[in-house]
Amino acid sequence: MDWFDKFPHMDDESLRTLKKTIDEGFRSFTRAYGDGIEDLFTPLKVFLSFTERLMIQTPWPIVIAVILLLVWFASRSHKVVIGALVALLAIGYFDMWEDTMRTASMIFVCTILSVALGIPIGIWMARSDRVQRIINPVLDIMQTMPSFVYLIPVVMLLGIGKVPGLIAVVIYSIPPMIRLTNLGIRLVDKDVLEAADAFGSSSFQKLRNVQLPLALPTIMTGVNQTIMMALAMVVVAAMIGVQGLGQPVLKAISNQYFTLGIFNGLAIVGLAIVFDRATQAYGKRIQKHMENQHG
Amino acid sequence: MADQRFSGIRINGLYKIFGSHPEDYIDAVKTGLSKTDLLNKHAHVLGLRDINLDIPSGCIQVIMGLSGSGKSTLIRHINRLIDPTAGEVLVDGVDIVKMNEQALREFRRQQTAMVFQKFALLPHRTVLENTVYGLEIQGMPRSKSNDIAMRWLERVGLKGFEQRYPNQLSGGMQQRVGLARALANDAPVLLMDEAYSALDPLIRVDMQSVLLDIQKEIKKTIVFITHDLDEALRLGDQIAILRDGEIIQQGSSQDIVLRPQDEYIANFVREVNRGRVVQVDAVMTPFQLGHKVSGPTIASGTSLEEAAQLLCRWPDGEVAVTGANGERLGLINLRRVVEAMVCFQNQPLNGLAGATPDSGAQAVS
Repeated sequence: MDWFDKFPHMDDESLRTLKKTIDEGFRSFTRAYGDGIEDLFTPLKVFLSFTERLMIQTPWPIVIAVILLLVWFASRSHKVVIGALVALLAIGYFDMWEDTMRTASMIFVCTILSVALGIPIGIWMARSDRVQRIINPVLDIMQTMPSFVYLIPVVMLLGIGKVPGLIAVVIYSIPPMIRLTNLGIRLVDKDVLEAADAFGSSSFQKLRNVQLPLALPTIMTGVNQTIMMALAMVVVAAMIGVQGLGQPVLKAISNQYFTLGIFNGLAIVGLAIVFDRATQAYGKRIQKHMENQHG
Repeated sequence: MADQRFSGIRINGLYKIFGSHPEDYIDAVKTGLSKTDLLNKHAHVLGLRDINLDIPSGCIQVIMGLSGSGKSTLIRHINRLIDPTAGEVLVDGVDIVKMNEQALREFRRQQTAMVFQKFALLPHRTVLENTVYGLEIQGMPRSKSNDIAMRWLERVGLKGFEQRYPNQLSGGMQQRVGLARALANDAPVLLMDEAYSALDPLIRVDMQSVLLDIQKEIKKTIVFITHDLDEALRLGDQIAILRDGEIIQQGSSQDIVLRPQDEYIANFVREVNRGRVVQVDAVMTPFQLGHKVSGPTIASGTSLEEAAQLLCRWPDGEVAVTGANGERLGLINLRRVVEAMVCFQNQPLNGLAGATPDSGAQAVS
């Protein structure tokens, strides 16, 4: 009854060989193609460095003015704008302006990337049940796999730095974008789609005139969720060399600097609240026409 | 008018079976497999069986039936939102069943427009933007399509509402937008799928008047689906009654009311206000020379109700029914008119059935 008390497992020797073979295979793949893949991501790196420099080197009053203007256009709400102003001033006053700008630029690029990749994938998924069946479990893995685990191959391929950090953040934050685009399109009223068909819409016309506009509120929720998840990854990304608000937090953990940790943590929260309120208010505003239902 | 040479719609031997393998059962259905047997033994639903319909250009064809009778399925075959299992649908002489995707899209853009029961407007677009939708799909520049849309919005009584969103309007007004959107397309075929069923009765009658009024100008070929016999009788030049996917009677409103094909239709007809539907032609006696005629004349095609109002002033005399050129077609008196209005049996009316101008009642078994 030995097998009953102790789980019969693969023998140690074969297990060791299995792990070694996979590791070596991946390592040689990295050696062979690592540089090529790194080159592939160069444009991303350039873009990321550019936005970072832009946000840090521009004098702070201008940056604040631009952010407040964007927040105003998104929300059209004095309350949200004033809240954003207070948060940004407090961040600057406690000397976290530069790190905050680094993180914000990172989140900005990550969001653009997630939207640019997530919406087409979401559309593709909405159009075919088979694609949905394949992509859904992949998204489940992306969301539940501990982020440290997929940091390993990313770092092996691309080393330490901004780009691998960005990739890790995008992997973690893109699933809600894809899922909510898919959901939004699938929830579009069948009657309206039939009307579009009856008037002879091509499938692109249906997408542009009916599906995307009607799915837009749901897609905006996806953008909001993506930003929130990206912010949650800031500290993890800092472990592989992404500068910004995450690094002081790491430093605080290893040295037990309680106040440093709290300050930077609160700065992340502040940034999150500004982004969240602005995008949510925008999402609500574009649904205005759905309201004041006539009896 | 552009659609003057439009030759109407013709549906021949149309069958529709819903299910995973409809083609396996089509032959059995053609040779008489019943709807119940098809469902119970083969788990397929018979949607339509052997539909034959000839809709002349410029005519309002009403297709009437209760829910589940297949009427919405039938209308969706005319622009092929549903593909038939067998049969052909000729619109202006072209069989749309054989069209490829691109030809079908072009056909829908140019030849048909549709009005829906649940309006199916785009909630994120204003009334004006909704109305130009069909034209936008055709690729018409906005400056031109806006003019057309504004004209139709004004025609259906929505001037001043162009910039509202659909959700800000009442159901009746939303359906006016649906109607304007369809009319703006200027397609020869107008498909109306229970277009007024979701509206309350007064608005419904109002919208029927709007449609009849506009139809006088545009002379489109209209297919109108309804479950309401009063609506069918009011609008239809031709009426087809559908039950369980089969046409059980087709003909003019006179035919349906005066000569119901079976008990099912007779039950419907019993509730109808005959005075408004039946025309004097159906109850007049043939005119004979030397007959003594007094008082006014009544035009052929007048309803019994109107005739009764006129005849109240001549309660005892015989009055002549005259045709379009003033020729005397027959004689009528108050007694016969009232008798026809309140009498549910057909006997006194059948005597002159052959004299009605549109007595081409054909029954489809």
